[in-house]
Amino acid sequence: MTPTDPVPRTDPAARPADVTTSAGRPRAGARPPAVLLLPAAVAAVFALLPLGYLAVRSLERGPAFAWDVVADERTAQLLGRSLALAAVVVMACLLLGVSLAWLTVRTDLPGARAWSVLVTLPLAVPSYVAAFAWLSAFPDLEGFAGAAIALTLVSFPYVYLPVTAALRGTDPAQEEVSRSLGHGPLTTFLRVTLPQLRPAAAGGSVLVALYVLSDFGAVSLMRYDTFTRGIYTSYRASFDRTPAAALSIVLVVMTIALVAAEARTRGRAGHARTGTGTARPAVPAALGRWRTPALAWCGAVTAISVLTPLATLGYWLAVGNSATWDPGSLLDTAGTTLAVAAAGAALTTLLALPVGVIAARHRGRTATLLEQSAYAGHALPGITVALSLVFFAVRYAEPIYQELPLLVCAYAVLFLPVAVAGTRAAVLQSPPVLEDLARSLGRSPLRVLREVTVPLAAPGVAAGAALTFVVCMKELPATLLLRPTGMDTLATRLWTETGTGSFAAAAPYAAALILLAAIPSYLLGRHRT
Amino acid sequence: MTDLQITGLVKAYGPGAPVLDGLDLTVPAGSLAAVLGPSGCGKTTLLRIIAGFLRADTGTVTIGGRTLSGPGLHLPPERRRIGIVPQEGALFPHLSVARNVAFGLTGLDRPTRRRRTEEMLELVGLGGYGDRMPHELSGGQQQRIALARALAPEPALVLLDEPFNALDSALRTGVRADVCAALRATGATALLVTHDQQEALSTADLVAVVRGGRVAQCGTPHEVYRRPADPWVAAFVGDAVLLPGTADHGAAATALGRIPLAGVPDPVREGLVLLRPEQLRLTDPDAAEARGTVTDVRFYGHDAMVTVAVDGIDQAIGVRVPGPTSATPGERTGIEVTGETTLHPTAV
Repeated sequence: MTPTDPVPRTDPAARPADVTTSAGRPRAGARPPAVLLLPAAVAAVFALLPLGYLAVRSLERGPAFAWDVVADERTAQLLGRSLALAAVVVMACLLLGVSLAWLTVRTDLPGARAWSVLVTLPLAVPSYVAAFAWLSAFPDLEGFAGAAIALTLVSFPYVYLPVTAALRGTDPAQEEVSRSLGHGPLTTFLRVTLPQLRPAAAGGSVLVALYVLSDFGAVSLMRYDTFTRGIYTSYRASFDRTPAAALSIVLVVMTIALVAAEARTRGRAGHARTGTGTARPAVPAALGRWRTPALAWCGAVTAISVLTPLATLGYWLAVGNSATWDPGSLLDTAGTTLAVAAAGAALTTLLALPVGVIAARHRGRTATLLEQSAYAGHALPGITVALSLVFFAVRYAEPIYQELPLLVCAYAVLFLPVAVAGTRAAVLQSPPVLEDLARSLGRSPLRVLREVTVPLAAPGVAAGAALTFVVCMKELPATLLLRPTGMDTLATRLWTETGTGSFAAAAPYAAALILLAAIPSYLLGRHRT
Repeated sequence: MTDLQITGLVKAYGPGAPVLDGLDLTVPAGSLAAVLGPSGCGKTTLLRIIAGFLRADTGTVTIGGRTLSGPGLHLPPERRRIGIVPQEGALFPHLSVARNVAFGLTGLDRPTRRRRTEEMLELVGLGGYGDRMPHELSGGQQQRIALARALAPEPALVLLDEPFNALDSALRTGVRADVCAALRATGATALLVTHDQQEALSTADLVAVVRGGRVAQCGTPHEVYRRPADPWVAAFVGDAVLLPGTADHGAAATALGRIPLAGVPDPVREGLVLLRPEQLRLTDPDAAEARGTVTDVRFYGHDAMVTVAVDGIDQAIGVRVPGPTSATPGERTGIEVTGETTLHPTAV
C-alpha cells in the first residue's frame, strides 16, 4: 500500500463467508483450471518477490548487523515518532468520523445527503497535496502538528465510511427498546448504539494507522522524521543499503501486524451483527437547538478538509506567472504521468485477472494462498516495495534498474490488491451457474472464460483498471526511488517544488494532478450509478 | 437408447454423514423423472454430479451405456451432452435470446444453426423473440428460453433444477405445462429436481423420493402416492392419515372398520394403515360403522378439510370433502372409507 492510496481496502478476510451458487451451495471441490492457475501463480510469485528479497537482503551481512540497525537508538526514536503520529491521527479521525457519521445518518441534519458526499471528498486528496496546501498557507505548521493535521484531514473518511455503514445496519428497534426501558437518548447512545459501532470504528482506525505508518509524502514535506522518511534518508545518504533494508523490515512487520489486527476486528464485526439488520430505517433524532452547532461542525470540517486545499491552490495559481512555471514542462510531465500510470494499470489488471477470477470462483487452500499472496502489496509501504525492487534489479536485472519497466513492476506489486478486489467483485456479480451452463453446452474452461466470465465481468474489470490508473498516477515514494533519471511525474515534481518552498511553481502540478485524477473518478462514479 | 443409470453414488463434503449415501436410480429413455425430496436430502448434489460439476466419491453414472462417472473416470461437463435448466433460467445476460439458444450449437454452419435456433424458439412457443435481450422477457419466457437453450444441442439428458420455483403460482402451472410439452415433443430423457410434491406428481412419469442421500422409493406418481414404501414417504408426498391396524385375510381391521389391503397380502400382522383424506367420506352418524365429532372445518375453495375426533381412538383425522360443506364443529358424523390401504410396520 502507499500513502496516496484512497481505496477502501478489501482483503481476503472480508470475503463473504460462503460464495454460493444459485443452488445455494458453496462450490467445494472445483479446482481452478490450469489456464487460470498458471498465470495466477505468476502474479502471486511476482507479488511476494519483493518481500522475500527484502528479507534475504537485510540478513545478508548476518543477523547481528541487521539487529544492530534495528536495535539502534535512532530506530527506536523513529518508531516512537511514527507511533505517536499514528495515535494522534487515529484519535482525531475517530472524533471526526464518528460524530459526522452519527449526524449524517441518525439526525434530522439539514442536507444530510449532501454532507455525506462532501465529507468523503478528502479521500481523493493525496496526502502530499494536503501537506502542500497547509504548508504553503501556514509555513509554521512544519513538523508534528502539520503532519498530524494534513494526515487527519485526508484519512478521517476511513473511519466515517465504515461507521456510517454500521449505523445504517444496526436495528433501531434495539434503541427503541432501550428508550422504552427508561434510558434517555444519551444513555441509549452510549450503552446501546456506541458498543455496536466499536468494530466498525476499530476497523477504520486500523486503516488510518496503516495509512499514517506508510505515508511518505506528507511527513517528508512537513519535515517530520518517521520510519518512511528515515528509510528514504538512509537510502539516499549512503551507498550501503543494508540499513535501509533492515529498517524496512521493521516497518513491514508493523504494517503486517496492523493488517492482521484489521482482519480480526472485521471478523468480530461480523459476529456482532444479529440477523440481517432491518429494512426499517431509524427515526432520525431531532437536533432541536443543536441544529446550528451541528451544521457549523459539518461546515467547518468540510471547509478545512476540502475548501482550504482548493483555496490555497487557487491562490498560488493566481500569483503564479511565466517566471514561476513553464506550461511546456507541465504538459510534458502530465503526458509522462499518464503514460506511466497507463502502463502500470495495464500490467496490474492483466496480473490481477486470473487471481480475481480464482478468488471469486474457487475455494480451497490453493485459491486462498494465491489470493492472499496477491494482497501482499496491501501490507507493504510503497517505499519498501521500491527499495526491494531496487535491490532485486541491481543484483539480478541490471538492465532495467532505473528504467521504466521496474517502476511499472512496482506499481503492479503495490496495486495488485486494488485490481484483484475489483476483478473479484466483478466476477462475483454474475452467477456461477452461467459458467456451469456454458460447460454443459460443450465449452472448454478456457472458452468459458473468454465467452462468458470475461465479457460479463468486463465493466467491473474496467472500473478496477481505472481505479488502478488513478492510484498509479498519484503514487509518490516508489516513483521517487525508481523513476528513470530525469523523468518526472506530476507527483514527484510537486514534491520537489514544495520541498524547496517554491509553492507557486508546485501549484500547477497539484492542480493538474487533481484534474487528471478526477476524470476517471468521475467516470467511475457514473459507472456505479 | 439413452437410459440414465446411477448406481451406488456416494458423496461426502467432509467428515460426518455423507450427502449421497449409495444412491441408485434408473430412468428409462424418453421419460421424465422427478427427484423429490426435502431440502438437504442431496437432490442438488446428485444433479451436479450427473452434470459433471462435482466428482462423486464412488459410484457410477451412465447414459445409454456410456459411462460418464465411474471408478477413475470423470468426463468434464462439456463432453457429457447433458442439458441444464437451472433455477431462474440463468440466461447469459450479455447475449440475445437467439445467441443464448445457439450457444451450445457448435460445429454447425451458420444457416443450420439459425434454423435450429428458430426451431427451438418455435418449440417453446417464442418464435420471433430471437432478437430480444434476456432482461426484456418475463420470468416464464426466460425459463422457456433456458429450456430451448438446453434442448438445442440435442442432449442425451436434460436436467431441470427446480426450474419453476422463481415463478409465481399463477404462472407456474402454465409454464410447467409448456415445458413438459416441449420435452415430450423432443422425446428427451429428463430429470426434474424439485421439493414440490404437486409438481412431481403432476408432471413426471416416474417419481424418485430421496431421503438422507438414498432413494426411499421410486415408482409412477400413482404408485408413490397410493402405495408408499413407508409412512415417511406417505406423509411426504401428500396428506396422510395413519391409523393402527391389524392384518386379517387381505384386509386391515381398524377403528374405521375393515379396509382392503393393496398388493401383497398381510405384509405384517400389526402396524399402521395409511389412508388419504380424500379416501374418507362423511356419512349419516346413525347408519355408520365408525363415528366421531367434527372439531374443525377449513374451507379451501375447491374442497374443504374437516377434522374429526373419532370415537374409540385418541386421534383426530382429516377428511377431504369436495366443494363447500355443511359440517360444523361440534356436530356428530359418521365416517366411511373408500378404496384400498397399505399396512406398514409401526417401528419406522
